[in-house]
Amino acid sequence: MSEKLFKHKLYVKKNSDVSFTPETLEKIQTIISHYPEGRQKSALIPILHIAQEEFGGSLNVDIMDYVAGLLNITPIEVYEVATFYSQFYIDPVGKYVIEVCQTGPCAICGGEDIMHYLEEKLQIKVGETTEDKLFSLKGVECLGACGSAPVMQVNTEFHEFLDIKKIDEIIAKLRSESEFKKPEELTWKERLS
Amino acid sequence: MERKIILENIEIEGIRSLEVYRENGGYKSIEKALKTMTPDEVVNEVKTSGLRGRGGAGFPTGMKWSFIDKKSGNPRYLVCNADESEPGTFKDRYLLQHIPHRLIEGMICAAYALGANTAYIYVRGEFKTIIGILNEALKETYKAGLLGKNIHGSGYDLDIYVHTGAGAYICGEETALLESLEGKRGNPRLKPPFPAIKGLYGCPTVVNNVETLANIGWIVNNGGETYSKIGIGRSTGTKLISACGNINNPGVYEIELGLPVEEFIYSDKYCGGVKGGKELKAVIPGGSSVPILPKNLMLKTAEGQPRLMSYESLSEGGFITGSMLGSGGFIVYDEDACIVRNTYNFSRFYHHESCGQCSPCREGTSWMESVLYRIENGEGKMKDIDLLVSIASKIEGNTICPLGDAAAWPVGAAIRHFRSEFEFHIQNPEIVKNIKHGKLPLTPKGE
Repeated sequence: MSEKLFKHKLYVKKNSDVSFTPETLEKIQTIISHYPEGRQKSALIPILHIAQEEFGGSLNVDIMDYVAGLLNITPIEVYEVATFYSQFYIDPVGKYVIEVCQTGPCAICGGEDIMHYLEEKLQIKVGETTEDKLFSLKGVECLGACGSAPVMQVNTEFHEFLDIKKIDEIIAKLRSESEFKKPEELTWKERLS
Repeated sequence: MERKIILENIEIEGIRSLEVYRENGGYKSIEKALKTMTPDEVVNEVKTSGLRGRGGAGFPTGMKWSFIDKKSGNPRYLVCNADESEPGTFKDRYLLQHIPHRLIEGMICAAYALGANTAYIYVRGEFKTIIGILNEALKETYKAGLLGKNIHGSGYDLDIYVHTGAGAYICGEETALLESLEGKRGNPRLKPPFPAIKGLYGCPTVVNNVETLANIGWIVNNGGETYSKIGIGRSTGTKLISACGNINNPGVYEIELGLPVEEFIYSDKYCGGVKGGKELKAVIPGGSSVPILPKNLMLKTAEGQPRLMSYESLSEGGFITGSMLGSGGFIVYDEDACIVRNTYNFSRFYHHESCGQCSPCREGTSWMESVLYRIENGEGKMKDIDLLVSIASKIEGNTICPLGDAAAWPVGAAIRHFRSEFEFHIQNPEIVKNIKHGKLPLTPKGE
């Protein structure tokens, strides 16, 4: 635990320039306007989602400080939220984050096998990212789609009634889509598309 | 006759759009409520209907509404809980995906009844498609003048916004949801004060489940009296049941409360029996938090009466021989299911989802997971079983929110009804270690 904390990305500030495009800033202003005046902090989670999507799939201290500045709140208020919710990643992730549901109903319908098969196929363990930075494999808790178990999500897209054939197809499709570009070579627009 | 209230007209093509929804009688209740009824009359209809919260607790909705503080002078809020995360439950996702206007219609009536001019729909972050569908539906509703300023010329204003979560089971608890909506960690609040007095931003707030609100339009249209005649006893109306696990037809079914459990499991109209012709072993009838029941107690109560799908019948016998209707997440296990492994799985879930605020839950869920892990992997000792019972009993009732209870109940129930399986795991470590878990071949078929 202590080692993990020591290595925690929260302590590494790169001082790089982080800023949203004017279009995104406009979108963010709309979100803030959904909440009463002085309650702009309510927009934090939606904005972190946008930030994560636009800045390469994960959050770092620069991004979080920037968001804190936008909302006029202290950086710690952003850190504590970003580290609490499982959809926010502080550690860098691959272009495609594959999250397999491992909770009860999926588990009894073959979810455990799906996970093992993906580990074998991608040659990584749960929690790791492939060397080409294309795939990260994670286990998540109930995705609320138990009727179509086993289920996984790739970034935010759901894939249901999984079997091995489907997994093969999904991975092949993602590999061809990516054109083997590494995340750092992609512009954020390409990442979004 | 099958009774449909929430899923009525769901088979109609394009019902997701406002146009088709209105052509089929949608949004009639708005006119009726806003033009012919006072807010208190709407509350009274809901009270008369006997509608109970569909999120899990089953608290009477009309009563919850009547607690809202109307004297504080602060703005009032309505919040819809669409943070559906209870394992085994996927009804709200189904409803929102197919017929989102059912919720919006209900929310307008509910917000009018409460005197709220702002309402939020808190959707779990993983439901990105649902968020898109809801935003689209809201846009149409605004355009048609059913939301915004001066709805239908009634002088009543209402704005509804979609708010996204980011993956936390605990945010389904209403006060944690409010914290999250305020942009904070999802740590539940101490009650009292209840949200009806001090909720969102310290203002009077009502938090209702998607399915609860989806009933309101029908109640306004047809009257609380008519609604109260559907169902059985104090379990009025219909309920969405999301059936999953080892059954032939997993899916979401709207049933009239009072349907026999046996019919629900074996009828082709519903679950269609256990998959592969196997024997039924156990059922969790209301989402992973409620006690698991073995086949005999699931089909019949301890007194030999047929068990019905209702709040009362499912909880008959207390936790000794009964369970709960909960959120309607109906998980079915066949004869091959390993109860120990399943209990371990849920314990891991609750450990992962505990917010860490209360020590009994934070520490207890972690210990239950560790102990169950070693039993499941053939390294358990006999005294571990009593240790688990002891940990569970010390979490239960000692935490701010019900997540502690929800973590403790499944463990207690699994040991109560399937103790021999735990003993078998401990007495036969070699057999347990060599069991291959899983149902799919690891290589594609035909290779």
